Amino acid sequence: MSQTRKKLLVDPLVDNNPIALQVLGICSALAVTSSLKVSLVMALAVIAVTAFSSLFISILRNHIPNSIRIIVQMTIIASLVIVVDQILKAYAYEISKTLSVFVGLIITNCIVMGRAEAFAMNNSPVDSFFDGVGNGLGYGLLLMCVGFFRELFGAGSLFGVVILQPLSEGGWYVPNGLLLLPPSAFFIIGFLIWGLRSWKKSQVESPEFKIQTVEDH
Amino acid sequence: MENLISLAVKAIFVENLALSFFLGMCTFIAVSKKITTAIGLGISVMIVQAITVPANNLILTYLLKPGALAWAGFSEVDLTFLGLISYIGVIAALVQILEMVLDKYFPPLYNALGIFLPLITVNCAILGGSLFMVERDYNLSESLTYGISSGFGWALAITAMAGVREKLKYSDIPEGLQGLGITFITAGLMSMAFMSFSGVKL
Repeated sequence: MSQTRKKLLVDPLVDNNPIALQVLGICSALAVTSSLKVSLVMALAVIAVTAFSSLFISILRNHIPNSIRIIVQMTIIASLVIVVDQILKAYAYEISKTLSVFVGLIITNCIVMGRAEAFAMNNSPVDSFFDGVGNGLGYGLLLMCVGFFRELFGAGSLFGVVILQPLSEGGWYVPNGLLLLPPSAFFIIGFLIWGLRSWKKSQVESPEFKIQTVEDH
Repeated sequence: MENLISLAVKAIFVENLALSFFLGMCTFIAVSKKITTAIGLGISVMIVQAITVPANNLILTYLLKPGALAWAGFSEVDLTFLGLISYIGVIAALVQILEMVLDKYFPPLYNALGIFLPLITVNCAILGGSLFMVERDYNLSESLTYGISSGFGWALAITAMAGVREKLKYSDIPEGLQGLGITFITAGLMSMAFMSFSGVKL
């Protein structure tokens, strides 16, 4: 694999993470992270849709008139999501019930649209495919991190396998119920971003307002 | 009537689209720096939501449901798998029409809301509203109520968020938490506050 393709694949994981840095695709993501298994399925679905939508849009890019490009992109993305939705309903019915509306909401996931608009419209199909996979992976990685914390500390298990034996089943661990509720996802993402930015200083945003100290005078 | 009111209260507070289903988060985070713009966007979302949810309900009942095409003589056809693509098509088209109507007949309103309207097509709250309508099997009057009240709930959340953020920028925040990080944590605290409504029933 050439150097540039590897960069396309690896860059979005940490250095240019779609959720933590570009603020894309948080919409449909957080609600599905209360268990790892569901997060994994959601991540795979998003990777598939981003990769193939970038590929197809890039193949068609020279034939799409500029004025109607958004609707063409929407149609391609929506068709791919329908395929994913039907596959999930056929082979993983239970999980597709848990994901409920969030599979459909991949259509409006800003990552898919964002990559189509920013990358696939002016790059070759294979590059776009890799870019799509990379960004899907970056999204999936963050989703799995959040899912890991929420399931481990909220229910004491990982992928449904008990790790910390809960008190109610004769163990010692008192599950933290808050982690299974929506607010915890916001907190975990907030802290993950804090951690990431303390590690990669270049991602820190400059403050809009600075408190004046005595030394400044 | 009573169940419509209870549906509205539930959609605004208990099942707030932004704070308990995380819908419309991208715009929620990106456009909540100033109260005035947040109110503008909130109102646009409410209007679009109030139109698209009932419109998609009609599409579902008369075109897509199994047996819905009986009026055209195809009583066997089940087109529900085309749902997603038709809903997003309806949303995109309605937003476009709304933009043109506002531009022609209400120029001041268009100038105030115009920049937000294209953003709304890809706002997950709008598509999410329609999908919840399908999943929960609402009828026409229920979907109208749900559309208006869920849009109002979203507007309420983004306005409150903008109010908090306007004050927040004067506070002394650790370096790495600056901007996005603290915004998420604030949203988490607001979402916790909204959870206290969960016992409320009419």
